[in-house]
Amino acid sequence: MAAAESSERLVRLLTHDSEILDRWVEAVAEILRGRISRAELERELTDLYQALGQALREGGLNWRAEEYSEVRALLVELSRNRAQHGFTPTETATSLFACKDVVAPTATSSAEDISAYLQLGRLLDALGLFTIEAYARTREEIISAQAEQLLELSTPVVKLWEGVVAVPLVGTLDSARTQIVMEKLLQSLVDSESEQAIIDITGVPAVDTEVAQHLLKTVVAARLMGAECTISGIRPQIAQTLVALGVRFDDIVTKATLADALRYVLRRIGTEPAATGGPK
Amino acid sequence: MTDRVPILKLGRVLLVSIQIDLEDQTVLDLQDDLAERIVTTGAIGVVIDITALEIVDSFVGRMLANAAAISRMLDAETVVVGMRPAVAITLVELGLSLGGVRTALTLEKGLALLERGRATSADRG
Repeated sequence: MAAAESSERLVRLLTHDSEILDRWVEAVAEILRGRISRAELERELTDLYQALGQALREGGLNWRAEEYSEVRALLVELSRNRAQHGFTPTETATSLFACKDVVAPTATSSAEDISAYLQLGRLLDALGLFTIEAYARTREEIISAQAEQLLELSTPVVKLWEGVVAVPLVGTLDSARTQIVMEKLLQSLVDSESEQAIIDITGVPAVDTEVAQHLLKTVVAARLMGAECTISGIRPQIAQTLVALGVRFDDIVTKATLADALRYVLRRIGTEPAATGGPK
Repeated sequence: MTDRVPILKLGRVLLVSIQIDLEDQTVLDLQDDLAERIVTTGAIGVVIDITALEIVDSFVGRMLANAAAISRMLDAETVVVGMRPAVAITLVELGLSLGGVRTALTLEKGLALLERGRATSADRG
């Protein structure tokens, strides 16, 4: 039973001194320089330390084993916390690697202790990599969640007047965003029974042929549904670019500013009162 | 036997409300029926309500344009009402802009549009 013996020795290495945990917390606290409270750090590392001891006793050195599930869960939680609080990957991983320094052999250590230390080192390295993976995964989740929020935030449909809705577009337009704008605008036309829509592109820094194409499609789709679409806020530079690209907004009403567009739209409604179904 | 789409008479306007998924044969039957009814009732307007229509293909798109052309020839104006955003997007992606077909958001607005059209043509006449 060499495996059982070596894991026994590892457990002894990790637990022979009651100060190991304290020294570990000390080392990590120094690295993180007070950006995480001492009490919280102690709680985290105590949990981890106990889970690690337990796992070593029962599961040996295979960190993928069932017995290590608690250790892995704790590590995932730890890296999640670190990623959310803006710690670097190095700082996250060192929380674990610091344990190696604490149990490092001295000149008086026996050969068995040194070999146990090396085994423990390998185990901790593997767990460290696992931590980094969890860290990276959390970061990616944060990034994709932010991108999604940005999509939702950046496309509000506002009601300007009875029967008039507007979408002020801000920021760079790509196909995905334009698609969302298109769907939201058309849906709001149905929901609010508006016959006039204004797309304001004052806040759009650049328009290429693809985006222009999407705008055209939106206008045609709105027309198919029985509504009229006006595009406003075309800046001089964008007008020049569009003409240079050969894009033509021929049968679409375009206005320089949102105010002009609103005035035009109100006149359309005003001169054709029956178009809004009359007073309700 | 395929279902036929009912054509309702509402004053001098014919109301076609499409509630089922359209098969090609249904579409052709509808065109026949519609032309027949416009002549027998002397309708001056046709409202095609596609609120319940969730799926369109190019054939249905062309049917709408055809129905409008036929009605116009028989002196009745066509208004397509209640098109869903998804349907509108699909038609645009298919490259069908339904030129010559008038559209309105709701049945109410469609009827108002026909009413107005008749008033102006009466002024002229």
